[in-house]
Amino acid sequence: MAGKVKWVTDIEKSVLINNFEKRGWIQAAENEDWNFYWMSIQTIRNVFSVETGYRLSDDQIVNHFPNHYELTRKDLMVKNIKRYRKELEKEGSPLAEKDENGKYIYLDFVPVTFMLPADYNLFVEEFRKNPSSTWIMKPCGKAQGKGIFLINKLSQIKKWSRDSKTSSFVSQSSSKEAYVISLYINNPLLIGGKKFDLRLYVLVSTYRPLRCYMYKLGFCRFCTVKYTPSTSELDNMFVHLTNVAIQKHGDDYNHIHGGKWTVSNLHLYLESTRGKEVTNKLFNEIHWIIVQSLKAVSPVMNNDKHCFECYGYDIIIDDKLKPWLIEVNASPSLTSSTANDRILKYNLINDTLNIAVPNGEIPDCKWNKSPPKEALGSYEVLYDEEMAQSDGPDRDLRSRSGQSIGIKGNRARDSGKPVLTTWK
Amino acid sequence: MFVFHSSLTWHISDFWLIHIAILCSYDLQRPISEQKELLNKWNEMGTDEPDLSLFRPVYAPKDFLEVLMNLRNPNYENGDQPSSRNHLGLIQVPLKVKDIPELKEYFGELGLNTGQLGIDDSAQVPPELFENEHLRIGQKVLTEQDSAAAQQYVRQGCPTALRAELWALILNISNQPEDILYYEQLKSNVIQHDLLVDSLIYKDVKLTASNDDYYFVFEDYLYQVLFCFSRDTSVLEHFTYSSATPPKSYIRGKLGMEEYAVFYPPSGVIPFHGFSMYVAPLCFLYHEPSKLYQIFREMYVRFFFRLHSISSHPSGIVSLCLLFETLLQTHLPQLFYHLREIGAQPLRISFKWMVRAFSGYLATDQLLLLWDRILGYNSLEILAVLAAAVFAFRAVNLMEVTSLAAAEAVLADLSTLKVMPLLQIFLFATVT
Repeated sequence: MAGKVKWVTDIEKSVLINNFEKRGWIQAAENEDWNFYWMSIQTIRNVFSVETGYRLSDDQIVNHFPNHYELTRKDLMVKNIKRYRKELEKEGSPLAEKDENGKYIYLDFVPVTFMLPADYNLFVEEFRKNPSSTWIMKPCGKAQGKGIFLINKLSQIKKWSRDSKTSSFVSQSSSKEAYVISLYINNPLLIGGKKFDLRLYVLVSTYRPLRCYMYKLGFCRFCTVKYTPSTSELDNMFVHLTNVAIQKHGDDYNHIHGGKWTVSNLHLYLESTRGKEVTNKLFNEIHWIIVQSLKAVSPVMNNDKHCFECYGYDIIIDDKLKPWLIEVNASPSLTSSTANDRILKYNLINDTLNIAVPNGEIPDCKWNKSPPKEALGSYEVLYDEEMAQSDGPDRDLRSRSGQSIGIKGNRARDSGKPVLTTWK
Repeated sequence: MFVFHSSLTWHISDFWLIHIAILCSYDLQRPISEQKELLNKWNEMGTDEPDLSLFRPVYAPKDFLEVLMNLRNPNYENGDQPSSRNHLGLIQVPLKVKDIPELKEYFGELGLNTGQLGIDDSAQVPPELFENEHLRIGQKVLTEQDSAAAQQYVRQGCPTALRAELWALILNISNQPEDILYYEQLKSNVIQHDLLVDSLIYKDVKLTASNDDYYFVFEDYLYQVLFCFSRDTSVLEHFTYSSATPPKSYIRGKLGMEEYAVFYPPSGVIPFHGFSMYVAPLCFLYHEPSKLYQIFREMYVRFFFRLHSISSHPSGIVSLCLLFETLLQTHLPQLFYHLREIGAQPLRISFKWMVRAFSGYLATDQLLLLWDRILGYNSLEILAVLAAAVFAFRAVNLMEVTSLAAAEAVLADLSTLKVMPLLQIFLFATVT
């Protein structure tokens, strides 16, 4: 019988450590023989870097893909999606179909985005088409809402202009200075008058073939302050940014519920007030855009067999009930803001470990990465490329209860082949 | 049926009579600037609370329970009846309540052979067996706008997407232009006049709904609805069939002179601790303020008022308490005696559930399934049955506790309960 799994982590969070200990795993140090390392993203960079990296052995697994940033950096995510769409268009795929305004019908799920300073001129052209629009500036490499601001005038981003005297300085500096600028969704769906976004957890065990799972217990993060698109409040981050890291400093932040709603509450509310069809359509679209984003990066991902990854997807729904992919986080926060939060994150890690390290035994990275259904916990299969290609109906994708994220009737999409008769 | 003597009016009203006379001077017409400000902030009153440090809720459910425990019928003589069962609960008023055979007949549609939402729509059951057909029937009922059929239909539960319309149909709420106008008029009353009771409402919302995982999102709607409600004199009409009396106040300097009496607050209803939880679940169904308002008002004057006023009506709180205690004492005698022995009279725990119609205790989707049946049977008795069913469900753990606090702990978290299976098992599948 194999020995106990030896774990290492450089993220001191109780939801992690309690899960390791409850499995009877043994703590090890980084320079010792370890089997499981829950790393921060700085560490994964070192492990896979050319200078400091080292080979992982067959019984070692880690919680990040080497080049996860293809998905989790804001600029690279957009770049990959744009590339993916162009490729589909070139091969004449019906997925890349456009409408009469030139917008992708099925693949328009990321707000118009430009990199700064590289695409500054392209941005200005777009800006001038709609001079009353609001744009959101986000630093590429930061998280938790840091450094984000809204603009509605070109003068507010002068220093990113390529023609300005500072541009040569900016382009030589590290990539941390790069920004993306996206069209701000100024008509978010409001509930109780407040803006919210969705945080959904998606586990990827392999990119080729793509196998991903969605955690059923995602949540909505509400702003504490009433939403207004008024230009006088563009600087008020409590109105616009849903990050808990920001909201928890607001006067009205409540530590009992933390401004969080379960996705099942959202589902109940939408179905009660808007009806079943549009609610199911919304949730189907959310699943769709997650799968498409993963497909977009899958060709460029280093599908290292020692790796799995649990992403935090941020999605905003607008008032036409269209979901938009805002960003994907490689290291979703494991801090708990409320008691419920702690339970959720504990269970999230628990279910993640059950899939990534089956039976809690010493891993073998050569295994087929196909966990049995009973091991999924609160995850459900979002997309399984192998099963989809074998043409069988994928029963795991059906979920009926109004409580969970319903993907009723979604078989056509998840088979990997667009069945356009169902959409037209 | 007997009428309660007016001397049983509970003390809280006396308290209010005195204090309102003193505090009436706080109810002022707002200055114009304040009116303008309130109009601007109408949709976000949650972020602008006044200083509430000096306010406490007027009364909480447990205070009310104390009053009910002391109710006696001075005309009732029970000494000579050897066959009369000794009632060991807290309620000592001999009202007639249904027993299990009568409840089985009354709640016939909840039986094991009838499809239910809350049971037969779970993930393991193919929708062809019940759910699809039930949905189709619901849509037909709505198309035909048949209120009586709707009431019969919802006994088996409402499909989520149809619930808002079905409830409106049963409650006869159609949101006509005159209804919207009435609401707007109430709203302008709120803008123009400050009422002391507004602070009680603020306090209640901040203490309950604002901290609730399900309802915090709707905080601002609760203020809008409740401020308007307290000024709505049409609510006074329900006092014609309620045995309660709205509190009165007197114009300054005219204490005791009837011609100078006014009802206070205008609706005659003083919110108690937890009152806002009657409104909160409705926010999941109605997002248009005037419709939300009307649905709530109708639910209140049909059902909720019975939960906090004293009467002998079968859906009144006194009867519900007695029904609960009788069910428990008859069908779970061991549990009942045990809890009584350790000083944990079951009603002390379940009272707050029933007064609030379980709002804030159950998960919202389960609560809505429960309220479907309240509307369907036009009765609150199901609250007492559910309370007993919860005790039955947790009986094993409850038999092990040795204190009231421990019993409270076993029953502290009802958020994972599924109400329909519990009710069905208690009524139809337990050997009596």
